Amino acid sequence: MLKTKSRMLLSKADIIAQLQKSILPLQGFKYSAQNTSVGLGLIEKAFPNYSFPLGAIHEFICADTESAAATDGFIAGVLSSLMHKSGVSLWISSSQKIFAPSLKCFGIQPDKIIFVNVQNQKDVLWCVEEALKCEGIAAVIGEMNDLNFTVSRRFQLAVEQSRVTGFIIRNNPRQLNTTASIARWQITSLSSISHDDMPGISFPRWNVELLKVRNGKPGSWEIEWSGRKFIHITHIVPLPREQQRKTG
Amino acid sequence: MSKRFVMLWFRYLRTDWFTRRQSRLRDIPFVLSSPDHGRMMVTAANTIAQSHHINVGMVVADARAIIPSLEILDDRPELSDKLLKGLAEWCIRYTPFVAIDPADGLILDATGCAHLWGSEKLYLEDIVSRLKSLGYNVRAAMADTMGTAWAIAHYGKQNFIVECNQQSTALLSLPPECLRLEYESVGRLHTLGLSKVGNIIGMQRSALRRRFGGHILQRLDQALGNKDEIIQPVQPIEPYQERLPSLEPIVTATGIGIALEKLLEIVCTRLQQEQKGLRVAIFKCYRVDGRMEKIEIGTNRPSYNRHHLFKLFELKIETIEPDLGIDLFILEAQKVEPVSPIQEKLWQTTDGLENLHLSELLDRFSGKYGAKSIHRFLPAEHYWPERSFKQALSIDEKLSSEWKDDRPRPVQLLPIPERIEVMAPVPDYPPMNFRYKGKLHKVTKADGPERIEQEWWLQKGQHRDYYYVEDEEGKRYWLFRSGHYSDKFYQWFIHGFFA
Repeated sequence: MLKTKSRMLLSKADIIAQLQKSILPLQGFKYSAQNTSVGLGLIEKAFPNYSFPLGAIHEFICADTESAAATDGFIAGVLSSLMHKSGVSLWISSSQKIFAPSLKCFGIQPDKIIFVNVQNQKDVLWCVEEALKCEGIAAVIGEMNDLNFTVSRRFQLAVEQSRVTGFIIRNNPRQLNTTASIARWQITSLSSISHDDMPGISFPRWNVELLKVRNGKPGSWEIEWSGRKFIHITHIVPLPREQQRKTG
Repeated sequence: MSKRFVMLWFRYLRTDWFTRRQSRLRDIPFVLSSPDHGRMMVTAANTIAQSHHINVGMVVADARAIIPSLEILDDRPELSDKLLKGLAEWCIRYTPFVAIDPADGLILDATGCAHLWGSEKLYLEDIVSRLKSLGYNVRAAMADTMGTAWAIAHYGKQNFIVECNQQSTALLSLPPECLRLEYESVGRLHTLGLSKVGNIIGMQRSALRRRFGGHILQRLDQALGNKDEIIQPVQPIEPYQERLPSLEPIVTATGIGIALEKLLEIVCTRLQQEQKGLRVAIFKCYRVDGRMEKIEIGTNRPSYNRHHLFKLFELKIETIEPDLGIDLFILEAQKVEPVSPIQEKLWQTTDGLENLHLSELLDRFSGKYGAKSIHRFLPAEHYWPERSFKQALSIDEKLSSEWKDDRPRPVQLLPIPERIEVMAPVPDYPPMNFRYKGKLHKVTKADGPERIEQEWWLQKGQHRDYYYVEDEEGKRYWLFRSGHYSDKFYQWFIHGFFA
C-alpha cells in the first residue's frame, strides 16, 4: 500500500517533471547540444536546464549611472564568452556612453561591437527589434528606460526565431512592470578587495541579483571579474557593516 | 566598327533665337551688342547684317555707319550655354550621347544610330531640316572623328559626310584653322605659307613639335583618328537604368511599391547575371505635373538581393508625394561593384562582420537614421582618452594597431568631463572625498596618478592626472586633476565610471 503510494508519488513527480520539460520549449527555451556556458558558474544553475538561456531576453535594472556602469561591465563579461572569436554584437542606445577601448579589459575586441545611436526611445525600440530579428549576431544590447509588456513580447518572439540573445538595460525605470523577458537582473558594485592587502583597487566586484527568472530560482551572488573570467566569492569577506546589511 | 560623329555648328545661334522670338527681325539686319571697355561691341550679327560686312568684334557705331537702320539688341551672355543645353537635350532623339562643343556647336556620337533613319545622308538631312524648321541655321558634318567632323562642318565646301577612314583626304584641302588650333599657331602657319592641312600632314612630327608645340600634333592625331578624344555627354548614360511607364497615373504607396518591385526584379536579375552588386540606387518618380520625386538608398556591401533592396526603399516610399499621380518610374543603379559568388556563400555561414544579414540590417539603419548613427570604433595611437579611438570608415576596416588594456579605463566615459569639488592632500595624493551632483563620496581606495599629457601638436592645454578611485559604497570613478597644484589654476573633473 505504502509502496504503491510512493510509486504513485514518484510517477506524479515524473509527470510534473515531464510536463515542465514539455512546457519549456513552448515558452521559448530550447535545448541545444552545444555547451552554452557563459562562465557564470553557480548563477547558471538558477536557470531552467541549468544553463544560461541564449536566444532570450535578459533585462537589467539600473538605478543610477554607477550601477549602469557595473551592468555594462557584467554584460561585457558575458559577451566575451558569447562572442567567442568571430561574433558581432550590436549596442543600441540613444547616446554613446560606452568607452569602447575599455571593453578590451573584458575580453572583447571593441571593433567587433557596432554601436547604433538613435535620437529617441521609440527609435531605440525599433532598432532593437530589427536587430533581434537578424540572424548571425551574437547579442544585441539595448539601452532604454521603459519596457512595456507588449514590446517585451515582441522582442521575445523575435529572438525565438533568430536565436539572438538580447540584453535590455533599463536605466532608471519608472516602474518595474511585468515583462516577457526571461530574467530580470540587478547588478550593483561592491568594494573590491585585494587578496594580498596591496593598496589600490583590485578587480571589479559586483553583487549580482536575479530578481526574476522564468521557471528558475531567483537569488543573489557576489562575483568578481578577474580579467579573463568570472570568479564567485564564496568566503565571507569583512565588509563594512552598512554594506553587509544592504547585500544581505 | 569605327565610330561615327556628327558635328552641328550653329552659325547664327543667338540671332536665330532672337528671330524665332520676334518674327519682324526676319528680314531686317540686326546685331546683338554688349558693352566692352566703354564701347558697345557687336557680339553677334544675323545673315543680312553679315552680308553687309558687319562682323563680330566691330564697334556698334561703325556698324551703324554701314547700315543706318541697323537694329541693335542687347546681348545676353548666358544665352548660348542655355540654348545649347536645350538643343543638346532635344538632340537625344538622334543619339543618347550628345555633348556640347563650347560656344556654338554640338557633338553627336552617331555610332550605330544612322541606319535607323535609312542612311547617314538621310540621318543628317533629317537633323538639318528639323533644326531649320525650328529656325536654326546649322551646318552639319559626319566623320569618323570629332576633329574631322568639326573641320568639315566649319570649313567644308561640299560632301559633308566623310566616308570611313577618309579623314586625311577630306582634310587635305582645308585651311589649318580647321584643326581647332590656337590663334597664334594659325597665324604662324599662314606666314610660313602652310595654308592647307595637306602641307602639314606630310611634315615630320619632330619638326612640327619644335615649331608649333605639341598641341598641333595632338589636334592632328585627333582629327585623323590616331588619338581618342573624350567628351562629356549632356546626360550621363546610366548603364543600369530601367524605366516603367504606367498607363494610369499612380497615386498610392502600394502602387509605387509594385512598380519598384518590378524594376528591382529587372535590375537585380541583370546584376546577378553579371555578378555585380548595387551600392547606390535612385528611384525616380515622374509626376503628371512634370515634377520629379526621388528616393535614394545606399548599401554597405554590393547587393543584388531584391528583397533587401526593396526593404531599404520601402522605408522611404512614404516620403514620395504622388500629388496627381506618377506616370513614369525610373530606377538607376548609380554605383555598382563586382560581387564574387563564393564570397557571398561565406557570408551566409559566418557570424562575423562579414555576415550578410548584418550588413543588410545596418543598411536599414543607415537608410532610416543616416549613416552617422552607426559607429564602429578602431584603436587610435593616442593616450588622450577622447582620442584613443577613432571611427572605422567601413564595416570591414582592419585594425592598424592593437587595443590596449594595460591601464584601467572606465566602461562609461562622459562626453565632456564634469567639474567636481574635491578635497585632496597636496601634492600628488588621491582625493579624500569629492562631491558630484550634490552627493559626497568618501574615497576609500585609489590608484594613480596616471599622467596624460596634452598632445601639443594637436591641442594646447594642461595635462591631466587621472585617479581611479572607489568610494565607500564600492562605486568606482575616474577623476582627474587638470594642471599642477603650483599653477593655482588646477581643477578637478570626473570623467568616467568604472564597472
